[in-house]
Amino acid sequence: MLPARFDYHRAESIEEALSLLDQYGDDAKVLAGGMSLIPLMKLRFASPGHLVDVNPVAELAGIEEADGSLRIGAMTRHRDIVDSDLIKAGYPALATAAPLVADPIVRNRGTIGGSLCHADPAGDFGSVLLALGAQMVVRSSSGERTVAIDDFLVDTFTTALEPNELLTGIRVPQAGPRSGGTYLKLERKVGDFATVGVAVQLQMEDGHVGRAGIGLTAVGPRNFRAAEAESALAGAEPTDEAFAEAGRLAAQTAQPSDDVRGSAGYKRHVVEVFVRRGLQAALQGAA
Amino acid sequence: MQITVTVNGTERATDVESRLLLVHFLRDTLGLTGTHVGCDTSNCGACTVLLGEIPVKSCTMFAVQADGGQVTTVEGLTGEGGLHPIQAAFKEEHGLQCGFCTPGMMLVGAALLERDPEPTDDDVRWAISGNVCRCTGYMNIVKAIQAAGRAMASDAVEAEPAAVSS
Repeated sequence: MLPARFDYHRAESIEEALSLLDQYGDDAKVLAGGMSLIPLMKLRFASPGHLVDVNPVAELAGIEEADGSLRIGAMTRHRDIVDSDLIKAGYPALATAAPLVADPIVRNRGTIGGSLCHADPAGDFGSVLLALGAQMVVRSSSGERTVAIDDFLVDTFTTALEPNELLTGIRVPQAGPRSGGTYLKLERKVGDFATVGVAVQLQMEDGHVGRAGIGLTAVGPRNFRAAEAESALAGAEPTDEAFAEAGRLAAQTAQPSDDVRGSAGYKRHVVEVFVRRGLQAALQGAA
Repeated sequence: MQITVTVNGTERATDVESRLLLVHFLRDTLGLTGTHVGCDTSNCGACTVLLGEIPVKSCTMFAVQADGGQVTTVEGLTGEGGLHPIQAAFKEEHGLQCGFCTPGMMLVGAALLERDPEPTDDDVRWAISGNVCRCTGYMNIVKAIQAAGRAMASDAVEAEPAAVSS
């Protein structure tokens, strides 16, 4: 399969990428790992006139902690997130999700920023970042802004990015002591998109739940937050009953549809079970 | 667009269309047909090549993105001394039947052994989980990659006996 013709531009810096986006606007797409964009172009679902390749922009990749947050560059490849000791040590929801994204060869090339900008409701990182309360750092030639992940993910394949904007990085608040998290994913085979995915982050305070973050994958038009379940948990005792109730609330929030991966009813059931299990695992991690 | 890619150690400078996929550059422009096109949607791994030392799916990358880079295809595994240990091990352990997935499997296996010369069953299965084989049931592929690891370790011992410690 051959994509439609396009002009290829290699950006060596963020400024160069932004200037190309200014120049070509809506007719340009940013090429990161290409693991979603190139298949879309081959299937002619996308036919941009210009591709701005940001692979050479070294400053867009990297993982570090600074000023109370974990900073992940948008061009950071999945394999580097899988291998990151920093993430393994302090960010269990990210650490469990990363090896479940696609397959090892796709992870060698695919990037977290590319995955988020693609905004597939079956993408894994959107849910994790919702659970973690992440901020997206967005640049254009006129400046920088941060957007909460809740507002960044607008709809299926749609983000809050303007045509002249580039996602440069992700900021995840540094988790405190007595916090835990995990990501549970049901897939038919390695490399498949999630049938259902659930990200959970739990912050305990004096024996009760301080903050609970729950993000849902592949059960609606975008990754979204199980807000009712989160509210019910805030301040609650971490009992089996409270976790089971959170599972039921999250299942009510979910908007799955019947497809080749399962019926809506089945997916709703999996959400309920995964939220309950995820909360139990997160609580163990917080101990 | 003018690109220069080092393929299997040889620099190849060519003018290509920007939409040309790396796999078609290898197969059609350079005539290296060992790299296969399977699903053409980055699911099956038959098109896997090494970019530097890292396995990538060449059906999901543009040739222009490899400009200035180094690509190894299955043809590049065979050295002057004959088959690469992983090729020899696939032959010995019957790690293939139809052979369609084999180039990708061998390149992923070779890249794994560079990082971990003694992978467990799980390590190998994890590493090849992006490569689909419809013949073998994977058993002999796993055995072949492990056997190649052992062969490479003993070759290294023979080549550098002084490096062996008690």
